[in-house]
Amino acid sequence: MKIRIGLGSCGIAAGASKVKESVEAEIQKRGLDIEVKDTGCIGMCHAEPLLDLIDDQGRVFTYGYVTPDVVKKIFDEHIIGESPVAKYLLSSPDNGYDFLSGQKRVALRNCGIINPEDLQDYVDHGGYQALKQVVTQMTPEEVISEIKESGLKGRGGAGFPTWFKWDAARKTPGDIKYVVCNADEGDPGAFMDRSLLEGDPHSVLEGMAIAGYAVGANQGFIYCRAEYPLAIRRTELAIKQAEERGILGKNIFGSGFDFEISIKQGAGAFVCGEETALIASLEGERGMPRLKPPFPAQSGYWEKPTNINNVETYANVPWILANGGKAFSAMGTEDSPGTKVFALAGKIKQGGLVEVPMGLSLREVIFNIGGGIKDDKKFKAVQLGGPSGGCIPGELLDTPVDYGSINQTGAIMGSGGMVVMDETTCMVDIARFFLEFTQSESCGKCVQCRIGTKRMLEILERICNGEGREGDIELLQEIAVKVKEGSLCGLGQSAPNPVLTTIRYFRDEYEAHIKDKKCPAKQCKSLITFRIDPEKCRGCGSCARKCPAKCITGEKKKPHEIDQELCLKCGTCLDACPSKYQAVTVE
Amino acid sequence: MSCTCQCNKQQENDIKKDASSWQSLQELLEQYRGKKGSLVAILQGVQDIYGYLPQQVMDYLASTMKIKPAKIYGVATFYTQFRLQPVGKYHILLCQGTACHVNGSERILTAICEELNIKPNETSSDRLFTLDCVACLGCCSLAPVMMINEQAYGPLTPDKALKIIRDLAASEQQVCEGGKKE
Repeated sequence: MKIRIGLGSCGIAAGASKVKESVEAEIQKRGLDIEVKDTGCIGMCHAEPLLDLIDDQGRVFTYGYVTPDVVKKIFDEHIIGESPVAKYLLSSPDNGYDFLSGQKRVALRNCGIINPEDLQDYVDHGGYQALKQVVTQMTPEEVISEIKESGLKGRGGAGFPTWFKWDAARKTPGDIKYVVCNADEGDPGAFMDRSLLEGDPHSVLEGMAIAGYAVGANQGFIYCRAEYPLAIRRTELAIKQAEERGILGKNIFGSGFDFEISIKQGAGAFVCGEETALIASLEGERGMPRLKPPFPAQSGYWEKPTNINNVETYANVPWILANGGKAFSAMGTEDSPGTKVFALAGKIKQGGLVEVPMGLSLREVIFNIGGGIKDDKKFKAVQLGGPSGGCIPGELLDTPVDYGSINQTGAIMGSGGMVVMDETTCMVDIARFFLEFTQSESCGKCVQCRIGTKRMLEILERICNGEGREGDIELLQEIAVKVKEGSLCGLGQSAPNPVLTTIRYFRDEYEAHIKDKKCPAKQCKSLITFRIDPEKCRGCGSCARKCPAKCITGEKKKPHEIDQELCLKCGTCLDACPSKYQAVTVE
Repeated sequence: MSCTCQCNKQQENDIKKDASSWQSLQELLEQYRGKKGSLVAILQGVQDIYGYLPQQVMDYLASTMKIKPAKIYGVATFYTQFRLQPVGKYHILLCQGTACHVNGSERILTAICEELNIKPNETSSDRLFTLDCVACLGCCSLAPVMMINEQAYGPLTPDKALKIIRDLAASEQQVCEGGKKE
């Protein structure tokens, strides 16, 4: 019998370390022979901490929302009593879980299954076989043609064919070339790369080594953002283990091919997700993009040919080489072959990491796999592609998830962040939120991006503050076009997307803010007022005790009142009011 | 042109007063000696040693590494990770990502600011807590989230966030009292 515990960042935050301690304590107390294994995240972040029980027949029982008390129950009832604890059982051999059964896992094949800190576990699951085959039996050209056959496109956002980049770097003459892994996952709302590096770092290392062989590089760098301490720690450990086993380093598998990998920590700049900015940052400079061409494949890190791919792209590579390019292109659509990992978050019931074949509709991903909207509220929009993407409304929920179809909506596929919004999300506020982000992250090189995003943000702020003017929508659209056209890199070219898509699909909300001075979603502070209904208030004092501004007054058991002058409009009173009274209202 | 006054010497002496940090700084510089393009990594190392980038250390780096102080300052201010002011013992990173935003991170921010009587990027008067807002911690399904000294907490409510902070403050109090008894 075996027990697996998911110890990704999110699992640990939800209390998985305590669960592990109590599992070990129970085993010792009862003198049982059960192997406990740490794994990364399987992606069911909504149900963390997770515990898998694998019985002697190899059947897997997955438990969710596990606490030390639940652990005791599992030991008493399932392990000793042999009947599973139904209340916490998410999936069993007889009863699958929608969240997992709707998926097809290629990049995430090992996440949540293997112990990311154990190289042997990765090898036991077929790891490094592809690398061995590549360096001992294939020519670089054959590797590139296999990737071409697979149709793999860059998973970082732009969707550029991977083989084309590899081929360009290979064909550029030069003795020294580099391979870089872009793990500077800066999109707010995206966490695919973190989960992959935390859950299966070796697959990324193997993908990079294969890329190194294909392009003729002997040195690789992983540029990882410093906000991911666990991902960095596990990847460092993976590199060390691979070096000790001779899988990385000199003369890999006796082939004469040398390849080493090191990690460079990013220092927090969204623009460094852009290739040329990332290279500047790797060189220790301010991470500012430069004009392309020359592309990094021609002149990159220290002006040498450099191949840059995203974490998820590299994680797909060993699978493609092991199973063949055709097997990969058989999944997904013609335009976008293969699978894609999405980070489902926001107002969704079952948030987490999912990997699905391209071409599935947004509705299937959000409602079938994600289980629909939290608290059964009404779906309003889904945000794809982070600050470079856009908001897709309910009428377009049947849009298939592939690069072409998503682009037509005005959003972009991006790296895979999917943030779901319900009726309580204000779309003007969301546009303002993203603009605030891109404006502060603009490196300042291009005038249109530096000043244009600032002016757009000012307009959005005044609309949210109830000071919007007639003509503001048109002005936003006009500046948006200029910012797009006048910016050198993807940041500026795509920064207006969240504004443009929200205007396109939710113009009525903008107009309500500007003309009626109302926020339909009741989010914009300047446009809402909290009140206590004297008919309903029982004077329990819950709101007054919790109010951070101390602006609620009233005698015990008598209706209370909010001092509107002092009110911060934080909404604490709304939550504090017992549901049986519901005396606090928002207008 | 090197300057002829003794300011460099004076500056070096000032930094040397903290002997163990000085030792670590020398080891750091040794590790990256002759490796081009290491400025970001060196600044990260300095921040690990001192908790922030002290002005004097940046000036010292400029004179020993033969880089213009303006360039060092330029890199230091470009990246959000670098701090020019010391941080408190507990560094709170409050996530402002999309998922956290739609799930009410602003209310957590208001609550923490009220509790500690500080604004983002500031340190509480007892030097225990520094509050920073970050773009995304990548724990979106636990939104809203904060991270304190590399440990993530979520999903938060204003009450939960305050409890975590108060517990940390209380544990400090105990340490102090325990110390007094001895």
